[in-house]
Amino acid sequence: MSQEIQDGLAVIINEVAGVPVEDVKLDKSFIDDLDIDSLSMVEVVMAAEDKWGVKIPDSDVKNLRTVGDAVDYIAKATA
Amino acid sequence: MTARITGSTGAPYARIMSVGSYRPERVVTNDEVCLRIDSTDEWIRERSGIVERRYAAADESVVDLAVNAAGKALAASGVAPDQVGFVLVATVTHPYPTPSAAAEVAFRLGAINAGATDISSACAGFCYGLAMAQDMIRCGSAEYVVLVGVEKLTDWIDLTDRSTAFIFADGAGAVVVGPSQEPAIGPVVWGSDGSQLDAICMTQSLTDYRDHGGTRFPTLSMKGQQVFRWAVSEMSKVSNQALERAGVSADDLDAFIPHQANMRITDALIRALKLPAHVPVARDIETTGNTSAASIPIAMDRMLATGEVPHGGTALLIGFGAGLAYAAQVATLP
Repeated sequence: MSQEIQDGLAVIINEVAGVPVEDVKLDKSFIDDLDIDSLSMVEVVMAAEDKWGVKIPDSDVKNLRTVGDAVDYIAKATA
Repeated sequence: MTARITGSTGAPYARIMSVGSYRPERVVTNDEVCLRIDSTDEWIRERSGIVERRYAAADESVVDLAVNAAGKALAASGVAPDQVGFVLVATVTHPYPTPSAAAEVAFRLGAINAGATDISSACAGFCYGLAMAQDMIRCGSAEYVVLVGVEKLTDWIDLTDRSTAFIFADGAGAVVVGPSQEPAIGPVVWGSDGSQLDAICMTQSLTDYRDHGGTRFPTLSMKGQQVFRWAVSEMSKVSNQALERAGVSADDLDAFIPHQANMRITDALIRALKLPAHVPVARDIETTGNTSAASIPIAMDRMLATGEVPHGGTALLIGFGAGLAYAAQVATLP
């Protein structure tokens, strides 16, 4: 499941911010490694909400530092 | 016995006859904005798409800006000032609760037979006004309506607030709306969400400032991320509804003219709407900044003037902002 989420996130991040799919790895930081700023992050979160039918409030978004954080959050929310 | 009242009858439809705009003379670069906030030209461009904006002069009022734009629109329409049945001014920066800016604009235009009022729907104001103008004309309350979107936001922002100072600016745009035999303004899709008043609001009321204010005059504050999320998720749906209600597909559009809130919102809306790449998109924010109620007619005027979109083309218009108020419709360009 986690691998599926990671792959799905990679597609979303590629569409929103043009980051190559293969660069989206669990230990990568959205801001520092993938150069995704807060507005792009909002778009990634909205696309993830649509894809997996979860709610990710703004108050939780700021805790999602790495791709792994987001994968764990979505995995828990869909479990 | 109840008296029988004669009902009003208007034109079958309404259309935008002409557009005019006014950009204040003074160009303000990102570097100048950064003299007062801790930011950089690069950051502002990346976060908003804004390269420069216009600031009105200290002695240039909201009404001055409005009259300038409306005078151009009126001249281009061929409608005489005394034929104007109503003057609508969409603005949130006229510094008097009363009388309205519209009453003075009407007077200065020579619109001596016109009703006049202001619309307080912030960045949605122009699209609200377009729907109201169309209804007036179709119901027979007015034959011609002058609709102005105008803001002097620099009076109401904190130029040291790094979340708003680089975004907002001054300007005016106006259209003349008149009768039409063919549908030329689609059904409006509009609404507001008062549960999110704090997303874009004043730091305090004028009366609170008078009574307990201290030194900080009320200014506009904005929760950028909250607005961004709302705008992209909800306004893409509203845009699609407006297209659907007009019976027009995105593929048929000659222009997409969203409120010039932020280039990033525009780009995200394009993605969410899956707007075909051949449809020209208003990107006037780059050199005009966010002028709230004025942004759509200013952008419309520029796109027509540069030939980027054809006269008589079909455009999707959408305004959204404080309130959180929004309105969208498809319209035939003048």
